[in-house]
Formats: sequence, C-alpha cells, structure tokens
Amino acid sequence: MKEKLNIIVTGVGGQGVITAATLLGKTAVASNVNVLVSEVHGMAQRGGVVDCTVRMGNVHSPLLTRGSADVILSSEPVEALRQLDKVNDETVVITDVNPVIPSTVAVTGEKYPKIEEVFKELKKHCKLVTLDAHALAEQAGSVLTKNVVLLGALSALDILPFPKDLLLDTIIKSFPEKYASVNKKAFELGREAVLSQREA
Amino acid sequence: MEIVEAKTGKKILLLGNEAITRGALEAGVDFATTYPGTPSSEIADTFSAVAKYLKKEGKDVPFYFEYSTNEKVALEVAAAASFSGLRALTCMKHVGLNVASDAFMTYMYVGCKGGHVIVTADDPSCHSSQNEQDNRYYALFGSAPMLEPSTPQEAKDMTVKAFDLSEKLKLPFLLRTTTRVSHVRGPVKIKDSRKPKGKGFFEKDPMLVTIPEVARKRHPVLIKKMEDALKLSENSEFNIVIGKSDSEIGVVASGVSVLHALEALDILGLEADVLKLGFTNPLPKEMCKNFLRKHKTVVVVEELEPIIENQLKEIAFDAGINDVKIYGKTSGHFSRLYEYNPDIVVEQFAKIFNLKNPLPDTKENPLSLPSRPPVMCPGCPHRASYYAMKKVVPKDVVYPTDIGCYTLGKAPPLEVADVLLCMGSNAGIANGLSKATDQKIISFMGDSTFFHAALPAIVDAVHHNHDCVITVLDNRTTAMTGHQPHPGTSFDGMGNPAKALLVEDVVRGLGVEHVEVVDPKNLKETSEAFKRALEFKGPSVVVSKSPCILLELHDKKERGEPLDIYQIDQDACKRCNICISRFGCPAFYFAEDKSVHINEELCNGCGVCVQVCPFNAIKKVKEVTL
Ligand SMILES: Cc1ncc(C[n+]2csc(CCOP(=O)(O)OP(=O)(O)O)c2C)c(N)n1
Ligand code: SF4
Ligand code: SF4
Repeated sequence: MKEKLNIIVTGVGGQGVITAATLLGKTAVASNVNVLVSEVHGMAQRGGVVDCTVRMGNVHSPLLTRGSADVILSSEPVEALRQLDKVNDETVVITDVNPVIPSTVAVTGEKYPKIEEVFKELKKHCKLVTLDAHALAEQAGSVLTKNVVLLGALSALDILPFPKDLLLDTIIKSFPEKYASVNKKAFELGREAVLSQREA
Repeated sequence: MEIVEAKTGKKILLLGNEAITRGALEAGVDFATTYPGTPSSEIADTFSAVAKYLKKEGKDVPFYFEYSTNEKVALEVAAAASFSGLRALTCMKHVGLNVASDAFMTYMYVGCKGGHVIVTADDPSCHSSQNEQDNRYYALFGSAPMLEPSTPQEAKDMTVKAFDLSEKLKLPFLLRTTTRVSHVRGPVKIKDSRKPKGKGFFEKDPMLVTIPEVARKRHPVLIKKMEDALKLSENSEFNIVIGKSDSEIGVVASGVSVLHALEALDILGLEADVLKLGFTNPLPKEMCKNFLRKHKTVVVVEELEPIIENQLKEIAFDAGINDVKIYGKTSGHFSRLYEYNPDIVVEQFAKIFNLKNPLPDTKENPLSLPSRPPVMCPGCPHRASYYAMKKVVPKDVVYPTDIGCYTLGKAPPLEVADVLLCMGSNAGIANGLSKATDQKIISFMGDSTFFHAALPAIVDAVHHNHDCVITVLDNRTTAMTGHQPHPGTSFDGMGNPAKALLVEDVVRGLGVEHVEVVDPKNLKETSEAFKRALEFKGPSVVVSKSPCILLELHDKKERGEPLDIYQIDQDACKRCNICISRFGCPAFYFAEDKSVHINEELCNGCGVCVQVCPFNAIKKVKEVTL
C-alpha cells in the first residue's frame, strides 16, 4: 500500500454515501490500519450533496488537499465532477452513470449538463471508470445496494490496504443476515464490472 | 451493539460524538441530558440508542437520559444530579450554550459535586447553524476549565479525564468540539467502565443558594479553583510538544487545527515544534512561556477567534519576551472566518516562511454545475401548510420564521421566510412587527421549537394583545436534527412512555383565544383556518398538525401498509405547471418536451398534489410495498 491513501466518497443524500465511507473505515480498523473518515451532516440529509473523505495510513488531517485524491467514488456523475479540484492525473474516478437531477432545476432554471460532457471533462483530468451501479444493484436484488456495488468496484483497483474479502466480510456483518447474499452479489457485480473493463 | 459490547482493549471505529458517549460510559456517568443540535446530536442519540438496546436485551440501563425541553433545562437537570453527587453530562450545539448561559454562568460560582461535563459542539463555516460563534469565549467568560479534543480517541480520553478533574476541582468542565471533530470517525480503544452510582443524595448547604451575599463569597472561590485548574493544565497529558527538532519555528494549535498544521508541515517538509494544546482553559502559562522563549517565530493556528493568540501575546508581554514574532490572525495570515483545512494552512505557512506552495492551483470547473440545495422532502407536511396558507393571504404578509425543516420554505417557489434570529424568535419578532408596523404578520415554528423557546413570547402576545398569527407546524417530532422526541411526543429518549403535551392545550392555557387546529393535508380546511386567524384581531395560533412524512413512512412499513404512488395523466394535464411553480414537491420534474411528470422513486404518496392540480390530472396509479 501507499504510505497514504486518500479516498473521497460522494453522492446525493439517501444514496448510502456515509455508510460506504464508514464501511471502509471499519475495515481499516479491523485490519489495524490508521484511518480518519470525515463527513458533512445536517442539511445534507434533505437531498443535498453528501461528501465524505476517507484517509488511511500515515495521515494527520481528516481533510485532503487540492489534487491529492487517489480515488473518487461517486454515486452520481455531476457530484464526481464537483470534486475536480481534488483530482490529479493519476486519480481514479469511479462513478455511477445515472444522473440525479436536482429537483430545484425545475424551479431555478439551472441546467444539468450533458452526461457525455461531464465524462469528457473528467477524462481530461483523471482516469475515469464508469459503471451502471443502479442497474447492477437492481440485478443483485435491491437498488439500496448501490453503495455496495461501488465498494465492490473500488476493491477491483487493488489499492486498498486490506484484502477485498475483509471488506466484503465487514459489509455483510454490518447488515441483518437476510441481506448477506444480496450484498455479496452487489459487491461481486461491482467488482466484476471494473475488472472486465480493465481486461478490455 | 458494538459501542457497549466491545471488549476491553479492542479498537473500534467511532464517530467523535460516539467516542464522547463511550467515554462517559467508561467514566460511569449516571445522568445525561441534552437538547439536540448539529453537530452535537449523535452524543445524545447514542445514549438514547444504548438505553433502548439494553432494555431490549433485558439488561439494566446504568444511567438516566433525557432530551430536555431546551438546553437551559438540560443543564439545570444535570446540575441537580451533580449536586446530588452523581456524574452528569450535558451536550448541546454551540448556540445551545447561549440558551443555557444564564444557568451556566452562576453554576460556575456554585460549582459541582459529582463530575459534570458540558459538551459544546461548535460549527465553524455554519454547516448547519445560524452563526459560527466561538464558544471558547464561554470558557473565559464563565471561568470554566476546558478541554479540546482533535480526534475520536482524544474525545473519549478527554471525556473520561474531564469527569475526574471536574470532581477534583468541584467545577464543571467544558468539552469543546467542532464539526470536524464531532463528525470524524477514527479508531478508538475501548477500556473498562466504572460502575455508576445510581442514586445520589442532596445534602443541604447554604452556599448553594446564590443570594448576593453567597455570590460574593463564591466568586473568589471560583477564581481560586481556576488557579488550581492552571496547575492541572501545566501538567496535563493533553498539552504536549510534538517534535524534537531544534527548530527556531514553533506552531501552536488546538482541536482539529493541530491535525491540519501537522499535515501542512509534512507537505512543506518544514521542521517545526508543535505545541499541541488540549487543556486550553486555563492555558498552561509556564509551558507557553517556555515555548515562546525557545522559538524565534511562532505561528498560531486556531479556527475562528484569536483566543490562544491573544493570550500568548499577553504571556510574552508579561514575561518580557520580545524576540519572538507571533503570526496568526492579527498578522493578517489566518482568517477569523470559517473552518480551516490543510490547503489554507499550507498556503499561510508558505507565505510566512517564504516557501513555494507545492499544492496545485485550483481547477476551475469548466461546466457550470447545478446547485443541489437541501429541500423539504416529497410529501413534507410543511409544504402543504405553506401552500394552503399562501393561497389565501395577501401578498404583502410578513413571515417571521424559525429553525427547523420548515426554514427550507425560504426557497422558491414557496418563499415563506422573511426574518430569523434563533430558536423561538418567530413569535417575539411577530409581536414586535405587529406593533411597529401596520403590516399583516404570520409567523412559523415547529413543535419542538414551540416547547423549546416560544412560550414566553406567546405569553407576551396574549398579555399585550399583539395582532399576529403564530403558526405551529406540528409534525410530531424534532425532524431537522434527526427525529428526536420532545414534550409533545408520547415516548421519551429512553423509549419509555411519556406524557404528551398538546400544543393547542398549551396555547389555550396561555390565554390565546383564537386557536385553530388543522390537518395540512386538507388544503381547503387549512386555507380557511389561516383566513379566519388573519381576520381575528389579537394573537391567534394555527396548529398545523400532520406527522413528518418520514415518520409516516416508517410507521407504514412497521404496520405492513403499502405506499400509494401518484402520477400525472398526460391527457388531462393542461401544463399550467402550478404543481412545480407554486407547490414544488421535489418529485415533480419536466421532461425534455416540457411535460410534467412525477418521479415514482421520489413520490412519498402524501396525495396533497391531487388537491393542487386544478384539472384533476394527478391520480393514484399504484400501491407499492415498503
Ligand atoms: C438553541 C438551539 N438549539 C438547537 C438548535 C438545533 N436545531 C435546529 S432546528 C431544531 C428543531 C427543529 O424541530 P422542530 O421545530 O420541531 O421543526 P422540524 O425540523 O421538525 O420541522 C433544532 C433542535 C438550534 N438551532 N438552536
Ligand atoms: S424530514 Fe420530515 S419535516 Fe423534515 S423536510 Fe422531510 S418530511 Fe418535512
Ligand atoms: S403524492 Fe404528490 S405531493 Fe405527495 S409526494 Fe407524491 S408527488 Fe409529491
């Protein structure tokens, strides 16, 4: 593992962003890796932006500096682009392809950019991996597992300081037993989606 | 539940706030009280969850916990426990201490018996607050010893220590966090818990009655206690120098700023000694003096007010140390505004020490991205209340508002919020406007806010016959901060049944003559009620009562009831767009061709939009199981 690992987990309120970040934190603690997970709360619950930072290894601050993200894990394309200031050429951005259009655009007249434009911009600045996490979560058995699909995708990058099975184990143990198989499937589908792109 | 079950010695991931609760449990806390508020809420919510969990497991709950009516009551209830020899914790957000401040200031004179930890969670950057006041001033103002953790592990360790020291000094301790301490998760090592006492005993003591004669005697006692606190601070394990270099550069910081500073030094490859302050009131004077003497340049990194910085200058002045240059806010480098981050600290260190800032330039986003402000949920009863009210009242009505989910009604299309100071201010402002102007006034507050801070203002309205409409949006919960119970709910924070006070009974009891109770999901009835209330001369109260839709969904799920889903009949829709331009439920959206649709994944099935549509185009289309 690198001496420090900087991950941003981002998305929209209700997409399980904080849960995903917490699961990474829990797994790090279980494998005795130093970790700090920071989150913004409060008003974010009502459909606002939620972003968390997960920093592992030899780190001090819970927040990361400009251009220092190793990975951005996003459950919404525009929210991935909103983190542009945190990326560098080597940053891997993993994002779900499904836009969540803010309800307020209907009232304010703001525009949601074309999704191809969003991806084009991201590609200019970092390494982009896209997947239809929503569809994969549905395929796994519940759209609520979208965050687990994304964690599976992240595990395929081989940069986490713990084995993917430990992460999966933490995920499964953190929810009631009846969701174990759905979560496992969601995780594997996310992982596969990234591995197959790598081979291609 | 890991936070109670984890074995001694085990490391678990805890939120800063959870670590405080765990610390209190390890210290054998007997009493915990609060009024919720971000970023402090999880401390109390964890007590609540632990109590419910232990009850479910058939185990004894070793502490008493309550969501008090407001922060002042919370502090008084817990102070009483301390007077009886029990250990107590009271937690609140920064502005909560304003509410509790009257009790707080004199409590310091009286002092405590059982250890009492008062947690204030500050919110630099106003992530979820009406201001970013620096509550370290309360430590100076009230002469309260104060600890400031940087990490979850420290949050726990300091909580445990604060109980011991508070008991030793017989003085309540402030534990001050900020959002980036309260809401950061990190590894925390679990230790054994001390056994709580359970019941205490109140021993009568004339020195507890702060008549002027007693107060005059207590004040010097307080000053003496703070001298003892200074000795503790000088020797505290929480005040340390990090780094053993012979550098001429020193950095002084507390709270999360310590972490940003260490990060910044790493990034710049700068050698410096860092004086990390955790016991920050009183500041360890000797330690600071030595640090100032040893370094030619000292940079103070602290968010918000220059509290450490000013004291360091005072210490330098008194000790005649004049060959040290102190950088911070007065030198123009660090801001008194907003929270810090490592970028800010790197930039200022680079400036001060003439180094190149190695961080890349800010990347401007080439596309303009739509904002994503928080909004009231689809199906929120507040939206229905506002819509029904606005339909029938004149355009120039002034709307004093308050703090809760309903404050989000400030945004278009509802725009029902004209002035707001603090919790409860809606009613007091309504009173004043009704006398100061000839304008029509309708004010708004939630039910939790009503009990918290609005009763005296309503009494004022009745006594002086102020001509205004005061609305209580009674959604049966404290929604904004995480759905905590309040005096109007039929259960308490430990999950026990509790006497529920009815808002309408209370206001009638206060002497309000015109009281309307409506269900906002019935738009017509609600509109009529507002019309009558506005016509009434004198104070009137509208209680708009319907549970928060999230509670309703939760209950539906428990009862196994389905959720109704609504859709727009495109043949019947005349594209008047009222449902979006006036009502604005977030489940509505325009398709590319400008037709209006309901996003079925977002619809919470309240059915109110059916009454909004003038062409009966909105219909229930299906039921889904939750
Ligand atoms: C003095 C003070 N304490 C606590 C808070 C935090 N806070 C913000 S809104 C709110 C209560 C909201 O409850 P309610 O009035 O019932 O409205 P709802 O959110 O349920 O609509 C609280 C406790 C605050 N802003 N000020
Ligand atoms: S949480 Fe409840 S009260 Fe708050 S916006 Fe949502 S529905 Fe309304
Ligand atoms: S029924 Fe209508 S108003 Fe209610 S949540 Fe659904 S779309 Fe919104």
